Amino acid sequence: MSARAELVKNEKNASVELILSEDWLLENGASDNDQNIFDLFEKNDFKQIKLDGKQIGRWDSRLVAFLVHVISLCKKNNIEYRLIDFPKGIDPLLDLAFSVPEHVSPPKGDTTQSFLSYLGNVALYSWAATQRVALFCVKIYEALIRLITKKAVVRKVDIWFEIQDAGVNAFLIVSLICFLVGLILAFVGSIQLKMFGAQIYVSSLVAIAVTRVMGAIMGGVIMAGRTGASYAATLGSMQVNEEIDALKTMGVSPFDFLVLPRVLALSLMMPLLTVYADFMGIMGGAFVGIFMLGLSPEDYFRMTLKALFMKNILIGIVHGTAYGIIIAVCGCYQGINCGRNASAVGKATTAAVVYSIVWMTVATAILTFIFSVIGV
Amino acid sequence: MPEAFLEIKEMTVAYGDNVIMKDVSFTVNKEDVFIIMGGSGCGKSTLLSVLTGLKQPAKGTEIFDGKVFWGNGATKDDRDALMRKAGILYQSGALWSSMTLAENIALPLEQYTKLSKPEIRDLVALKLDLVGLGGFQDYYPAEISGGMKKRAGLARALALDPKIVFFDEPSAGLDPISSKNLDDLILQIKDNLHTTIVMVTHELASIFAIGTNSIFLDAQTKTVIAKGNPTDLLKNPPNKTLEHFLTRGEK
Ligand SMILES: Nc1ncnc2c1ncn2[C@@H]1O[C@H](COP(=O)(O)OP(=O)(O)OP(=O)(O)O)[C@@H](O)[C@H]1O
Ligand SMILES: [Mg+2]
Repeated sequence: MSARAELVKNEKNASVELILSEDWLLENGASDNDQNIFDLFEKNDFKQIKLDGKQIGRWDSRLVAFLVHVISLCKKNNIEYRLIDFPKGIDPLLDLAFSVPEHVSPPKGDTTQSFLSYLGNVALYSWAATQRVALFCVKIYEALIRLITKKAVVRKVDIWFEIQDAGVNAFLIVSLICFLVGLILAFVGSIQLKMFGAQIYVSSLVAIAVTRVMGAIMGGVIMAGRTGASYAATLGSMQVNEEIDALKTMGVSPFDFLVLPRVLALSLMMPLLTVYADFMGIMGGAFVGIFMLGLSPEDYFRMTLKALFMKNILIGIVHGTAYGIIIAVCGCYQGINCGRNASAVGKATTAAVVYSIVWMTVATAILTFIFSVIGV
Repeated sequence: MPEAFLEIKEMTVAYGDNVIMKDVSFTVNKEDVFIIMGGSGCGKSTLLSVLTGLKQPAKGTEIFDGKVFWGNGATKDDRDALMRKAGILYQSGALWSSMTLAENIALPLEQYTKLSKPEIRDLVALKLDLVGLGGFQDYYPAEISGGMKKRAGLARALALDPKIVFFDEPSAGLDPISSKNLDDLILQIKDNLHTTIVMVTHELASIFAIGTNSIFLDAQTKTVIAKGNPTDLLKNPPNKTLEHFLTRGEK
């Protein structure tokens, strides 16, 4: 049986009584007239009330919660109240509940804002964020100088570990994706080229596209999701566990110890991964050319070699290196500036991947512009 | 004759081949404040995770409120159902960081009761009032101090009026006054809500102030080397190790 509360008005001596009865347990369902009773208190047409607990059956904190609400209402509306015949154990709990005054949080300020002030805030925030990132890059540069002058506190094993993680350990996923991209490029190209009987040019198409930019882009996207996210999550968790504070207070710069190995590893490994991605892409194209278009391997690779220009390979490598630096900086920046709780780590990881990809796009545009201006 | 709430019989706990404790038996009675003592690394946290169903013992049975919890064909569902009668206060509070304090406490209430929104709101307010955090409903765990997190964790542990509450080092990291207040709070809750308390702690002051029964785990022999009311144990220590522990190595 569910909790029951009934407000009884005695017209004769103008007294009001709130009679509670039956079981007041959490496991029972909701009672529906609590709110009506609370509303009566707000109407304020009585100045005294007797709370009667004689008929209460079993009870737990549900009863206490109800009483706390009623008593708070009484206090707020200056109603005198008396508790009569309540089970033992209620009083100490009520005392405990009212022993510490309610904390009043300072008003959080007006959060609504006009569209113009919103735009203004976004602009200010973006400018501040840009400055912070620029400062971050300066600090990485200083750390690099310290490393070169052998003043940085950094463990060689960390650098080797990061290089291994960003290099060899990424080969499998890069192989898989880039092979697939080469395959798709060749397949799509061949449908068009077949119409002119020019299937053999599939090899040139794949070789040029992959070496000039596709290899670097695919490698970059993979590494952003794989390694950039892991940097943000690792450094973010270290921030949560106060490990980064521990480094700082020991006089070890987190830039030397944590950021530099990662930035170095990625910017050294990305060019290699790019070349490897180029190779796997060409293999993917060859798979289509040889097994689906029936070209002979000699012809296919001869045409591929003709279309492999050092210039394109180098452009790809420049892209790849730029992506590596971008991914490492985004990942480490988000990790170091992570908040101190679990959801902040999640946000940092997401932001690391999103910003990496956005800035990779921007970098591609800038590099393409530069290369077209200098005419390569 | 006090009634048993938790009975552990011949329990062996191990990580792989690394046995942490062998053939441990003890009983926690209703409305006890049961203290698990022992040096660092002797397996107190491990024992607690066995008692709360997170880790499977290598051997032995646990009877929880008259029902089998570990051993004899008890399933995960049985354990989940029984754990609904338990609250756990983790060492650092373990509040969910993406939710406000009110949401943290409301979650078990929404999951396991049919109460309406306003009723849940009142209950959340009560639980926070009880631990002295009234008015902090809309704060996130990151916005309150370590001691407050612990009290908020206690409020969440108490959300469903558990019959038993497990504590892992509740006073670690608290100042003496807060730790005394927490002890008082635990006693109040035990007396008025008739809760059984199982507590891992090193804090000698609270061991003597609130403990009614205890066991002492020894890392060397991997067994319980003393049982009983901590104050009595201090008067007649059964062995040197325990005497050392209870007197901070002074005797
Ligand atoms: N996940 C694990 N895998 C293997 N061994 C573990 C694991 N967790 C703990 N141990 C071992 O179990 C033993 C007991 O650890 P436990 O954390 O239970 O100690 P404790 O008594 O709680 O110590 P403290 O008082 O320092 O918290 C230790 O020797 C530890 O090395
Ligand atoms: Mg422990």
